[in-house]
Amino acid sequence: MKKIEAIVKPFKLQEVKEALNELGIQGMTVIEVKGFGRQKGHTEIYRGNEYTIDFMPKVKIEMVLPDSQIDAAVEAIVKAGKTGKIGDGKVFVTPVSDAIRIRTGERGDEAV
Amino acid sequence: MQPMNRLAAVLFALVFSFFFASSHAATISPLEERLAKLEQAASAGPSISSGDNAWMLASSALVLMMTAPGLILFYGGLVRRKNVLATMMHSLVLMAVMSVLWVVYGYSMAFSEGSPFFGGLSYFFLKGVGTTPNSDYAATIPHQTFMLFQMMFVIITPALISGAVAERMKFSAYLLFMILWVTIVYLPLAHMVWGKGGLFNWALGGKIPVLDFAGGTVVHISSGVSALVCAIVLGRRTGYPQEPMMPHNVVYSLIGTGLLWVGWFGFNAGSALGAGELAVSAFAATHFSAAAGALGWMGLEWLLKRRPSVLGAASGMVAGLATITPASGFVTIPSALLIGLCGGIVCYLAVAHLKAKFGYDDSLDVFGVHGVGSTVGMILLGLLASPSVNPLIVNTFKRGDQVVSLAGSGGQLLNQLIGIALTAALSAIATFLILAVLKATVGLRVTDEEEFVGLDLTQHGERAYND
Repeated sequence: MKKIEAIVKPFKLQEVKEALNELGIQGMTVIEVKGFGRQKGHTEIYRGNEYTIDFMPKVKIEMVLPDSQIDAAVEAIVKAGKTGKIGDGKVFVTPVSDAIRIRTGERGDEAV
Repeated sequence: MQPMNRLAAVLFALVFSFFFASSHAATISPLEERLAKLEQAASAGPSISSGDNAWMLASSALVLMMTAPGLILFYGGLVRRKNVLATMMHSLVLMAVMSVLWVVYGYSMAFSEGSPFFGGLSYFFLKGVGTTPNSDYAATIPHQTFMLFQMMFVIITPALISGAVAERMKFSAYLLFMILWVTIVYLPLAHMVWGKGGLFNWALGGKIPVLDFAGGTVVHISSGVSALVCAIVLGRRTGYPQEPMMPHNVVYSLIGTGLLWVGWFGFNAGSALGAGELAVSAFAATHFSAAAGALGWMGLEWLLKRRPSVLGAASGMVAGLATITPASGFVTIPSALLIGLCGGIVCYLAVAHLKAKFGYDDSLDVFGVHGVGSTVGMILLGLLASPSVNPLIVNTFKRGDQVVSLAGSGGQLLNQLIGIALTAALSAIATFLILAVLKATVGLRVTDEEEFVGLDLTQHGERAYND
């Protein structure tokens, strides 16, 4: 059981979600986030004064999946989320020790 | 038309004309009687024109609309979301405070006869300010209408200054400052420029004839220069200019701009104090200057920053309006276009470059737009004032026994410069002293922590957006 955290461009969210659905992945959590990496920010001009906006809007997708689905899911996210331009985002995979479904009390792979 | 309908129409017309003719015949009286009535009316002194009064009441309401919701939205949109309510409150509260101040002593100090610098207390608590016109100021409207119209100016002028102290001033200090500022700066200036016997009042016995139709000196230069002093004495907002402090809602500011433009018709065309030719020319000058101001600012920004920003176009409109304020009612339409264009361009340079060069934090650009804009307007007015628009300027002002023309010339330019300089000096010195006293007593700024949390929550216990 592992957790995938994928940070992608907001306009790619729909495609990433569809690619994951095609693999039969049943759920995910999406959070609107801000941040920057190599892309840096952009400038905005108000009354002739330029402001550098460091933090770019991104979305973060979080999912916990059985080990067997991880490679396919990561591949789907990278394929659907890619534009080839700077700022496409990153995917992180970390181990998870347990999961519990609150309604039934199921644990482990059964719960995700 | 159906035959029956036509018949009914003819019948109706016949009956109507019969009644009209008979009632008309009844009002015709012998010639002597009518003459006597005419003489009586003429000897009774000024009489109220309902047309003039209607326009002046509407104008008064329009000028109040400039403060709320005009300025409230314009300024409210320009601050960060944690300070929206506090910024709006800065304008809102003055509608209450200044109205009361105006009743108690404000109107009297500005418009009763006194020295060249102050009015007196003869209108204390509006004593004697009733429906009989005050023929010195406006012979065809009730004195009370004139008083109400002028009250709307004493509300918006200090509200303009609030843009320079936004996002960091303690509310108690703000209130005290505004009461003292209006008393020490605004009321004397209004008296000097518009009051009977005021130093600059060219039409009512002043010594130095300064042309200022609707408040270039009294409203905009005074508030603009005072705003600059406030920004310097208060100091920058914490984090300025390293941290970005962008407008939280440009849409509010755009709605506010529209309300300001419309309200400005009351401000400028209403300053004709009647609904005649002068009101029309002031109305036209106001409109065309706003248009030219927007094009000037937007065009220059497009050229220099490669983008025509929406807030820039709106700011140019306000700059054009502030610039034409003293000149409306004195200049032709082509002159108004020129004045507005200069206003848009010069104000852009002041806001985008002057402010950055000197590093003061005039948060919402009160000095850059109102102070600088109206100074440009006052100067150009000295050169462009035209007797074809306002014939009074060539046959009213007397020096000794000689009538002196105030039409556009080098001589009038000098008068205008004196007006600007004295207004700026009074505003700067008095503002500095008031702030020094308040700083030593109640303190001017909120604490760093309060500033970080935001004034809405720390000063007023509320938040603008709760979900």
